Amino acid sequence: MSTARPKKKTIRTIPQARTPAHEQDAKVRAGNFAEVNRGYQLEDAQLEAERCLMCPEQPCVAGCPVNVPIPQFIERIVARDYRGAYDVITSTNLLPAVCGRVCPQENQCEGVCTVGDSLEPVAIGRLERWVGDLAISQGWSNVPYIERNNFRVGIVGSGPAGMACAADMAKAGCEVTVFEAFHEAGGVLKYGIPDFRLPNAVVDAEIAKLVALGIMFECNTLVGRLFTIEQMVEEMGFHAVFIGTGAGYPSFMGIPGESLNGVLSANELLTRCNLMHARDFPKYDTPLQPGKRVVVIGAGNTAMDALRVCLRLGAEPVICLYRRSRAEAPARAEEIHHAEEEGIHFHWLASPVEILGDDDRNVRGVRCVRMTLGEPDASGRRRPVPEAGSEFEVEADMVVYAIGTNANPIIGQTSRLKLDRRGYIATDEALATSIPGVFAGGDIVTGAATVIEAMGAGRRAARAMKAFLGLRDTDHVYRDRDDGPDSSPFGIDRAERGYARIRMPRSAT
Amino acid sequence: MHQASQGAGHPIVTRQDFSNVTFLLEVSHPMLARAARPGQFVIVMSHPEGERIPLTIADYDRQRGTVTLVIQAVGKTTREMQRDCKVGSRLLAMVGPMGVPSHIGKAGKVMCVGGGLGVAPVYPQARGYKESGAYVIGIVGFRNRDLVFWDDKFGAVCDELIICTDDGSAGIKGLVTAGMELAMARHPDIAECVAIGPPIMMKGCAEATRARRIRTIVSLNPVMVDGTGMCGGCRVKLADGVKFACVDGPDFDAHKVDFDDLMFRLRRYRETEQQASQRFDEDCRMRSLSAAPVLSE
Repeated sequence: MSTARPKKKTIRTIPQARTPAHEQDAKVRAGNFAEVNRGYQLEDAQLEAERCLMCPEQPCVAGCPVNVPIPQFIERIVARDYRGAYDVITSTNLLPAVCGRVCPQENQCEGVCTVGDSLEPVAIGRLERWVGDLAISQGWSNVPYIERNNFRVGIVGSGPAGMACAADMAKAGCEVTVFEAFHEAGGVLKYGIPDFRLPNAVVDAEIAKLVALGIMFECNTLVGRLFTIEQMVEEMGFHAVFIGTGAGYPSFMGIPGESLNGVLSANELLTRCNLMHARDFPKYDTPLQPGKRVVVIGAGNTAMDALRVCLRLGAEPVICLYRRSRAEAPARAEEIHHAEEEGIHFHWLASPVEILGDDDRNVRGVRCVRMTLGEPDASGRRRPVPEAGSEFEVEADMVVYAIGTNANPIIGQTSRLKLDRRGYIATDEALATSIPGVFAGGDIVTGAATVIEAMGAGRRAARAMKAFLGLRDTDHVYRDRDDGPDSSPFGIDRAERGYARIRMPRSAT
Repeated sequence: MHQASQGAGHPIVTRQDFSNVTFLLEVSHPMLARAARPGQFVIVMSHPEGERIPLTIADYDRQRGTVTLVIQAVGKTTREMQRDCKVGSRLLAMVGPMGVPSHIGKAGKVMCVGGGLGVAPVYPQARGYKESGAYVIGIVGFRNRDLVFWDDKFGAVCDELIICTDDGSAGIKGLVTAGMELAMARHPDIAECVAIGPPIMMKGCAEATRARRIRTIVSLNPVMVDGTGMCGGCRVKLADGVKFACVDGPDFDAHKVDFDDLMFRLRRYRETEQQASQRFDEDCRMRSLSAAPVLSE
């Protein structure tokens, strides 16, 4: 090995092809719940890390909702300092093994990667996942030195938004309790995303790291009904509260036949299968209707999960109905690709108009209509228009709705929090709600979005929460200020709690 | 297969068996007892491999910090609970109170009707109405005299109590609707009715009061998973749209509920439920064969 200075990389000197990840063969995996994407081996990670140009612009960092210092962690992989890479990532993202798997990187960091201008972008997600998995297998966790304060923070919901906020507040020294209505923590990572995409063991490993930070998880606790948000602030001694309850309340279309047996939401299907282990019935008690011919309506990530779950439960055929074309499908490109490989049938430009039932009120099929794309609508996507006289029937004994969710009503029913027109919690820019000290973020504020966006919101709320409590926030305090030196004498913000704190030795009294 | 879990969960402080299928559990959960209101329910999970089942809160005692559940052992999970839930053991998980509490207004005269598994959960409503100053007519139905329970508890909160049995061995002979007809004949000024029981009974109650336009509330208990509005399994068809029983209910205007739809939807998992129940029978049989020494006198 030479110790020559590293040469500056150019687009010509880096490995040209993106290093492929190891995947289970499509035929094999369609029959099991083991993870599809097996990720990178050490040599794959080293090779792919070489593809990063270390460009000065670093568009990837800005493209990441939590601003992971991507070139820095890749540089650590190149330097064979894997623990260092982990430390860099966890400076902003506590859950690399989760995010590396479920982030839509093609629209985020990888979508803006400089290498991507001329070649395939650096596989940032796969590298992040590799580092996260290595940390789990090596038992690394970064428990920083935490100086305790006397603040208590309550987090409602243990999904990605809640976890991210909890982690930041625990690091800031607060006593953090996370409340979860289900019997296991993890939110959508547990009940929603299936094991073949994100194994529950990975989620548990990441949660264990939060527990190591001193965060307490209280499951089987339905906030709003067992106690209210107001009670948390006024009676239970929480100095600040974060609400990350997610969007719930699945949507249906209101077409005839939706109450037939065999029609269910993707949330119900996935919860039964993933969290309640209905796929292992009768070892587990929760049943799942065994669909033989399944139609899933929608083409987002949840729809892909539902389709692929049904396939693994033995259904054939499994059909996706989507009223727009493949190009407009909201799912990640990789998910659609995987689903196609596994043998999911896609009926693009088709929309259900009626679900057909038999005499026992069981589903026997779906009547659909073909669509064509018209003018762009408010979302910028071309609006699907039904084609007259194009109706056709698809045979099915199970129909799964994966067309989105509405706001969960429980917090709104039980508190005086201001909601927006659609029933989501109204917040300001800093994610503060109408009750002082109460913050909210994730799907319960924005409507259904992604795991990493929810985590970004959790971190943003944590920043606002720290400002509210007057806690030191390194992002905030050491930023260059343009309002003159008077506001931060000695470089310490006047608003910071303990600005004028004097420590007396105990023996002095 | 499982003993009710030790250590984690909520201690069972009382158990009372009303019949060979109906039993009562009083479970310690002070916070839940404090929060519970009439009409709400809990979701219970008895062991880590178990299912989540919704059970209406039959009573709560804030002083004792307990919640009372009355359970009918009809499926695998409830029969397993009948076998395993004993005083001193614990319920692994009990989450709630779920659902919108019943609106208990200042009705002048009110009928509180309970049949089968609905007798217990209508009790908090009867007590609630009594406390708000209403004239409460309790109407409770059982198959026969041996299955009657809580007649004393109802007696204490009702101004009139009509017990109905299928065979006439206690009270009047007939269904609860017969009791309702009797009450309505005696009191033409009944303002409200609350009916809880099997869907077919609630349907009958809705029909009995429809012509007289008595405001009638039923508590629905469809298939649920999470109980927090997330799965949509509990959606019920009403005259004015589809609602989720877990977060929009469980109380609904009986005259708007499509009971036939509800009854069909309750059969969604009948096949798997039967399989599970049969397997449970087999499991119990094998246990008794292997565990019990042959007793002879």
